[in-house]
Amino acid sequence: MDSGFVIEKFILVAVIFGISLLIAMYSTYAERKVAAFLQDRLGPDRAGPFGILQPLADGIKMFMKEEIIPTTSNKWLFIAGPGLALLCACIGTAVIPWGSPMVIGDRVIPLQVSDINVGVLYIFGVVSLGVYGVMIGGWASNNKYSLLSAIRAASQNISYEIAMGLSIIALLLMTNTLSLKEIVDQQHGWHWNVLYQPLGFLIFMVCSFAETNRAPFDLPECETELIGGYHTEYSSMKLGFYLFAEYINMFVSSAVMAALYWGGYNYPGMDWVAAHAGTTWAPLIGTAVFFAKIFAFIFFFMWVRWTIPRFRYDQLMNLGWKGLIPLAIANIIITGIVIAIIEKF
Amino acid sequence: MESLSNKKKVLEQKPLSFMERMYLPAIAKGMGITISHLFKKEATVRYPEVEREFSTNFRGMHSLKRDENGKERCTACGLCALSCPAEAITMIAAERKPEEKDLYREEKYAATYEINMLRCIFCGLCEEACPKEAIYLDGPIVPADYLRKDFIYGKDKLVEAPLEMKK
Repeated sequence: MDSGFVIEKFILVAVIFGISLLIAMYSTYAERKVAAFLQDRLGPDRAGPFGILQPLADGIKMFMKEEIIPTTSNKWLFIAGPGLALLCACIGTAVIPWGSPMVIGDRVIPLQVSDINVGVLYIFGVVSLGVYGVMIGGWASNNKYSLLSAIRAASQNISYEIAMGLSIIALLLMTNTLSLKEIVDQQHGWHWNVLYQPLGFLIFMVCSFAETNRAPFDLPECETELIGGYHTEYSSMKLGFYLFAEYINMFVSSAVMAALYWGGYNYPGMDWVAAHAGTTWAPLIGTAVFFAKIFAFIFFFMWVRWTIPRFRYDQLMNLGWKGLIPLAIANIIITGIVIAIIEKF
Repeated sequence: MESLSNKKKVLEQKPLSFMERMYLPAIAKGMGITISHLFKKEATVRYPEVEREFSTNFRGMHSLKRDENGKERCTACGLCALSCPAEAITMIAAERKPEEKDLYREEKYAATYEINMLRCIFCGLCEEACPKEAIYLDGPIVPADYLRKDFIYGKDKLVEAPLEMKK
């Protein structure tokens, strides 16, 4: 292994880590602004021009606040909870292909930290691990509401993971690969998977709303029933970690949706751009397109949050088990039949 | 029983149709409504920098007026204090000395004049009772403060600025 490889990966990891934290930071600001605009308000505008420094002020506030660890809590798990939540949220970005390989001089740098051949499974694994952060935090708090919230989060995530996994199987039938890089490369130009798998995408999207504990599936932290949910007992930056993890999760699942279904860094006319912009800049334009798609999804997440009221718990379970899972299975069967027919003729 | 007013509406609760049970059309409609608000004019203002215009009959902080020569109009007759339903106004009268001729319009004037802004209900009866047109509730909103004693406004805060200062 040459040192150039290590350096380039290190830079890539640092950049991706920094970008995802930055996006998570500004998602909090964007969420408040979007909420304000959708409700005919102005939103935060005190810190800096247009309130652009608001996330910074929030961060400082979080760090400066008093840290309370309840005496009846399990101290180590109480500390481990938010750490685990943030860790699981962050490592999901490792397998996402951010752009086609970039050529600088005579070096070809893949804009992906690691192209493992089970990338989709890795994402699923990491997302499932994310619920442990919530569960451990909720349990360690030794608070009834936190525990209820942790149980809700666990059962919700498990229920919706099934529908999510089934919806992705239909996609995998078409792509014949689990590598995210190959899946994205197959969607060259206009051949985005969402055009072939609209139902699969819809199921996947609804499930990712549930997986990220976002409205309308934000039952684990619904204030009206559970005070603050699993982070009721948390204060200071530990609370900040939980909130941060939620926004990073949102970013990662937007990236996964954009990569799996909306063509990732592919866009119509990319061949023309690649021929004219050169091999150094064309991948960066692709990355910019990818990020535009991610931001569109993040906006969609927020838009939905301020439109649809929260589900009741039985409605949530009904939708997951009786609605989405049968639909996903039907989608697999239809996709299988259509692929079989195409291969036959 | 027969309805007398004929206003009663009988609502039927039908089971949801297939399209309604899909929820998606209703969700799309709701999303359309929220996104339309993105382009509407916001109902709020950036308050400390921008203030809304008050209506013309708005009653705010009191001000004690001066006449065209810059003399205080108030003669400490006490009618405002008498008319005040909240008993917010109190004053001590004094006799004008010859050298104070330019300060006060009449021989009698208010040496102290205090309004308790916590008691005041801004009804405007003092303004109506005043025979000398000396008090008007034409100021801004009374600002917030921390201590009760700071809400008792004396002449230093109530009396209009002298004419030359106004210019």
